[in-house]
Formats: sequence, C-alpha cells, structure tokens
Amino acid sequence: MRHWRITPWIVPLLILLAWEASSRTGWLSSRILPEPLAVATSFWGLLVSGSLLHDVAISTGRALGGLAIGGGLGLVLGLLTGTFRSAETLLDTTLQMIRNVPALALIPLVILWFGIDESAKLFLVAIGVFFPIYLNTYHGIRAVDAGLVEMARSYGLQGWPLYREVILPGALASILVGLRFSLGLMWVLLIVAETISAQSGIGYMTMNAREFLQTDVVLVGVLLYALLGKLADLVARGLERRFLRWNPAYLGATA
Amino acid sequence: MQRDWIAPPSAGLGLRLEGLRKDFGRRPVLEGLDLDVAPGQFVAIVGRSGCGKSTLLRLLAGLESASGGTLHVGGAPAAARRDDVRIMFQEARLLPWRTVLNNVKLGLDTPEADARARDALAHVGLGDRANDWPCVLSGGQRQRVALARALVHRPRLLLLDEPLGALDALTRIEMHRLVESVWRELRFTAVLVTHDVAEAVALADRILLVEHGRITLDEPVGLDRPRERGSAAFAELEGRVLSRVLGEVGRSCDPSPAPALAGW
Repeated sequence: MRHWRITPWIVPLLILLAWEASSRTGWLSSRILPEPLAVATSFWGLLVSGSLLHDVAISTGRALGGLAIGGGLGLVLGLLTGTFRSAETLLDTTLQMIRNVPALALIPLVILWFGIDESAKLFLVAIGVFFPIYLNTYHGIRAVDAGLVEMARSYGLQGWPLYREVILPGALASILVGLRFSLGLMWVLLIVAETISAQSGIGYMTMNAREFLQTDVVLVGVLLYALLGKLADLVARGLERRFLRWNPAYLGATA
Repeated sequence: MQRDWIAPPSAGLGLRLEGLRKDFGRRPVLEGLDLDVAPGQFVAIVGRSGCGKSTLLRLLAGLESASGGTLHVGGAPAAARRDDVRIMFQEARLLPWRTVLNNVKLGLDTPEADARARDALAHVGLGDRANDWPCVLSGGQRQRVALARALVHRPRLLLLDEPLGALDALTRIEMHRLVESVWRELRFTAVLVTHDVAEAVALADRILLVEHGRITLDEPVGLDRPRERGSAAFAELEGRVLSRVLGEVGRSCDPSPAPALAGW
C-alpha cells in the first residue's frame, strides 16, 4: 500500500524540482522567487532563533481565540434557531442580512472601533467563522429525520434526553461540515488581519520581510499558512472520523 | 436462556374504541369507528392505502390525538397506557449513531437494561450483532432489531405498521414466523396494519377491513397454527378477503362524501 501514500505528494515534489531547476539556471530571479533551498535555510534559521515558533504560537492563539468566540456563538445561536421556532422568527432574518456583508468589508469599521490591537483581529476571525457554523448547525438541526424523533418520543424520550440522543447526533455531521469551512476561513481572515497591522505573528513576519525584500522569509510565511491550513483540515477530518464512526462513509476509515 | 424480561402470561391489554373520529383539517379519515379487541388477540387491519388504517394505528400509539370518540386500552384512556404500548414502523427507524445493542436499550432506564437488551437481541436471532452499527445490517435484520427494541419494553400492546412491507418475500416469511413465535410466547395483544392479505391470514386471529373510515369487514381466522400457506383453507380465506378488499375497485377511497356530509 506504500505507493498509495506517496501518490498525493508526486505533484508538489515535481513542482519543487522544476522551481529549484529554474532558479539554478537563473531563469527565475531571486527578487521574484528565491530558490527552495534558500527558503529552507531561512526556515531553519528562523526556527533555531525561536522567532518562528513565537510568531506561529501568537498567530495560532489568535486563530483559535477567534474560532472559539465566533464558532461558539454560531453553535449556540444555530442550536437556538434550529430548535425553537420563536428564536428563528426573532433572529434568522437579522442574521441572514448580516451574513451577506463580507467580513473583510468591515475592516475600516473594525479599525475605527478597535484600533489595531488584538481585539480587532479576534473580531475579524470571529465574525468570519460565525456564519459557516451557525448556518450548518441550524440546517443540521432542521434536517434531523422526523421519523427518528417520532420513534424516540414513542419510546418515552423527551426534553434533554431526546435532544442528546437523537437531535444533536443527527445534526452533528452538518455541524462538523460547518467547522471545516470555518477552519479554512479562520486562516484567511487572520492573514488579512495580521497583514493590516500587527507587532507579532506570521503576518507581521511576512510584512516585515517585504520591507527588507526578504522574499525567502515571505515564502516561509506563505508555506506556514499552507501547513497550518492543512493541519486544521486534518483536525477536522479526525473529528469527523471520531464522531461519525457510525456513518457508512467513515466505516472503512476506522479499524 | 434467561427469560426474566418476558412479561407474565396473559399480559395483553384489551382495546375498546367507541365512535372514534379523526379529521385532518376538514377531511374526515376515521368516521366513528367502534371496535373491541380481547386481550392477547392478534388483529390484522387491511385496506387500501389512504383509508385510515395507519391513522388508526397512530391513534392507538398516541402519536396522534383523536378528534372525537373514546379510545380505551386495558380499561384506561390510551394516554395513560403509553408505557405499555410499543410500535414498529414501516422503516426500522434505528438511530444510526448507536450500536445495535444501544438501539435496543433506547429509553430503557433500568440497571439490568444491558442484560435485557442482549436477551431480546438473542431472541430475534441477532445476539452476535450487538456491537455492529445499524448501517451494516440488511433490511430484515434492521426490522429484527426494531422488534427486539419493542419487545425489551415488555409491551402489552404491540402495534405493527406494515413493518415487513419493504422486505423481500423470503425474509418476510421468516419474519412472520418470528413475530408469531414471540407473540405466542409473550401473549401481548397485537395489531398489524398491512396491505398484504396473505400476511394477515398467516398471522391474525381476526381480520378487519377498513374502508372510508369505518370497519366494513370483521372476519375471524379459524386456521390452526402454525399455518400452512399452501393449504386449501388458507387460500380460500385469502381469496375471500382479497376479493372483498378489491370489491372497492372503481369506487374512490378518498373523501367519498359520507351521507352525513352530503349537504355541504
């Protein structure tokens, strides 16, 4: 089965080789793209000096903080509007209107409200991840099989036990899809927020490097975002595999 | 095998329905239905689709409330007997995120729940599938789990809403045998809704035909158990009931305005 594990990496590897070759032959100027080896060297240098880990830790903290606030609110409100017709009537129209405003369009306002400190970044990430989780939670709850709910009621389940045993598990697949969307958006919004203004973090590192024409460091930043995005995706998939074990789509994935 | 979960003999509940009515909006579905069922009897209700037989079952299960008339189960209003009544639906309706065993344990809040559920599973021949997910079971196996889930509550009235309708012919005959054997052993009252007259003749003590919201045929089944599907008496009865059901051909089943409503 080894060759199956390698297959996804063939294309990235070929791209890397072509890139190195065109840098070596001088076809690509290092002002535009430094050779991969230089990127690796500066990655190593930043890692050893500790500044890389510091910046990654800061960025990750911001991303997760925003996710916790926005995702948490989205989950709670989605559960509310999905479960109670009155909450839906009261809140859903408002939320749907706000949803159509791109989070990035709020940047001028965010800067006016929060200045350029931490809360501005948290706010941007939180508002971006809120909607995927809210919408998917709401639809997940609404889409729970009414036949299962009726069956559970006829077996004497109601109130919280009914919610815990039938409604929440039924909505979970949809909620996790929302989480996966949010994890992708989370990094996008953080990059923008950190690029606008920051005194630390990966965005700060790359903007700082740009000032000094350090394209290799800029690339290290870009690659870090790619790696962190992939990591977030892996976490989301792990959660799906853990919580949706019963689903035929995941049965093969667990031993 | 341990059989401590089995209800004591003659545990079945009698039914008494008087003038039972159910309207959906302005459309009457059941129009003053009277019925007495003795404890422990196996009753089959046949009829064309849309004639109210499923609605009758859902009223008995407490899933709908009647628009008029009375419905007594074991001498008490149906609402007070909900714990003694269990229903099997057309689909198994297993929770896909619970294992087979945990599906059977649903709503069972006793310390010996686990042992009882395993016992019920063994009873329907699925003792070795306790830890499987429902999605890997066949349709027939899922209905067996649903049957175990109903039995584990020691029901005194078991309602069957065409639970075998979606199964293939062979699995169906197997399930008939299983349902009959647990019914004979546990002596609950059973009400089976079906569109399959052969199924009704194979299982029931008594066959009722529902047409236009009323019972228009009440046919006792005198055949000895276990019943021979090929026997002449079986075929004769099946033919008689079937032609009675089909006798309605040409007349619509839908709100064929009852005389009382003709003035509208």
